[in-house]
Amino acid sequence: MDGVGKLLGFEHPDDMREFFRKKSKKLEPKLMGLGEAVDRFIQEGDYLALGGFGLVRIPMAFIHEMIRQKKGGLKCAAFTSNLDTDMLAAGKMFKETDVSYAIAFEALGFPKIIRKYFESGEIYTTEWSNGALGWRYKAAAMGLSFLPIRSMLGTDTQKYSAAKEITCPFTGMKYLAVPALYPDAAVIHVHAADIYGNSYIKGVLIADIDIAKASKKVVITAERIVPTEFFRNNPERTKIPFYLVDAVVKSPFGSYPANMPYEYFLDVEHLREMLEAFSDEEGLKRYLDENIFKCETFFDFINLHGGMKKIQYLIDKENEILGGYNG
Amino acid sequence: MVDMEYNEMELMICVASRVFEDGASVSVGTGVPCAAAMLSQKLYAPNLLITFEAGSVAPILPSMPLSVGDSTTMSRALQTTSTADAMEMLQRGLIDYCFLGGAQIDMYGNLNSTVIGDYRKPKVRFPGSGGANDFASMSWRTIVVTPQSKRRFTNSIDFITTPGYLTGPGAREKAGLPRNTGPYRVITNMAVLGFDDKTKRMMIESVHPGYTIEDVQDNTGFELLVSEHLKETAPPTKEELKILREEVDPFRAVIGKKAQ
Repeated sequence: MDGVGKLLGFEHPDDMREFFRKKSKKLEPKLMGLGEAVDRFIQEGDYLALGGFGLVRIPMAFIHEMIRQKKGGLKCAAFTSNLDTDMLAAGKMFKETDVSYAIAFEALGFPKIIRKYFESGEIYTTEWSNGALGWRYKAAAMGLSFLPIRSMLGTDTQKYSAAKEITCPFTGMKYLAVPALYPDAAVIHVHAADIYGNSYIKGVLIADIDIAKASKKVVITAERIVPTEFFRNNPERTKIPFYLVDAVVKSPFGSYPANMPYEYFLDVEHLREMLEAFSDEEGLKRYLDENIFKCETFFDFINLHGGMKKIQYLIDKENEILGGYNG
Repeated sequence: MVDMEYNEMELMICVASRVFEDGASVSVGTGVPCAAAMLSQKLYAPNLLITFEAGSVAPILPSMPLSVGDSTTMSRALQTTSTADAMEMLQRGLIDYCFLGGAQIDMYGNLNSTVIGDYRKPKVRFPGSGGANDFASMSWRTIVVTPQSKRRFTNSIDFITTPGYLTGPGAREKAGLPRNTGPYRVITNMAVLGFDDKTKRMMIESVHPGYTIEDVQDNTGFELLVSEHLKETAPPTKEELKILREEVDPFRAVIGKKAQ
């Protein structure tokens, strides 16, 4: 059975080789502000990949700035997503998506208006599992056009995907071939980066290393900017290397109200407020006005929800669970 | 003194916690499955190897995660890796059990967590597979925890998100799924259900205290088989309830909810 879903984010590996051949591998400074990074690296029609896991280590400050700049006409991967792609949906920024998990804030509940938006038929979806999308990034990261996998077979998830069945030339087994996913732009939030884009992530990686390898343009938003010696002294810290990265943005508390492992925990109180606000169109509009359009910076947004006092509370909470960030 | 009265959520979690043998490996989702795995780790299977699809492996969970990627899933973990790596553990056959919830389930254990109604214009859109399809395709045994109702247990599910035995005996193998895998137990507020070896149809294995076979059948939208070795489920023990309430879910995030 061939999937009937539209194939999104696919490129010929030889075209990607030409693209990556031309990409600069110079060790040059790439530090810039959020506004400039959004303006320069997110274009209409782009296929966008976001790092993290929905409520964990997501580039929220960057997403706010995208909404502020009214970026639209995108395609995206709703991979292990919720708060992140829900915000893109709230800003009506995409019409087509590869979806493996979306909408619900997992155990916390779901925003009604976003669910309605998905139900309206306004968003075109191609269906996948989390494993399949992870492997689509991996296929691209390997410079290939597909990977054979053993899940999704026999289900409607397979039917509404864009995967195709193939036969193993060695065993005669049936595999599902999932097409490589080469995003136009990726935004990944990390614990620490230097000005060249070398990046350190502590804890779970989700698909972020493969996303960085697979994407044409890579923007890193980082809790802190560190000297290059941080990586030179311990090169195993380099989870994402400079030669994949196009822009670096200093973005402290940039994942708020989502969780940044070893730094600050989820702001459950604010997430519950969001679920409440996102119950109808009016609440959603008010939320975006107050929290994004009337805010000049991400700090203004955090100040609306308790500022330093709240942040310290979330840091203390995180310390109880994992201990603090110490490089 | 432990209050020996228990609600249906507590009952499901306690019964589910007894499934695992010590040393087994399991991929878990949020909510009830996570609570049951934690209880099991504390009481019955201290060497239970727990993995999460965001990439955390072998944590010792301090409290209920809100997300399968949040910091609690990494607490005292022995490895933090990638989603693909976690899924490849399943693909290589390292994972004995997966532990799922589900919106709808049919007599072959197929699960729907994607849409009610037409896919392109759904009446209700749910989150989709997440890791569930991968888990149930590639772990050796699938365990589902879900409340018993005609709405949930139905043969007219609109979308197979996650594979059970698909259309019956031999269908998983024919589809290309790994051999000797499939649904193993469905744990509800009324019964423990299994699957008949020959027909792959859902079968009552044991009925919880206070319920009858008729109660279970009346709350199921298809005909259930009944095991020759039908038993009554042992009720939650004092120890199970104490640890569940005091250590696993002290804020009643899961056990405070209604099973519906």
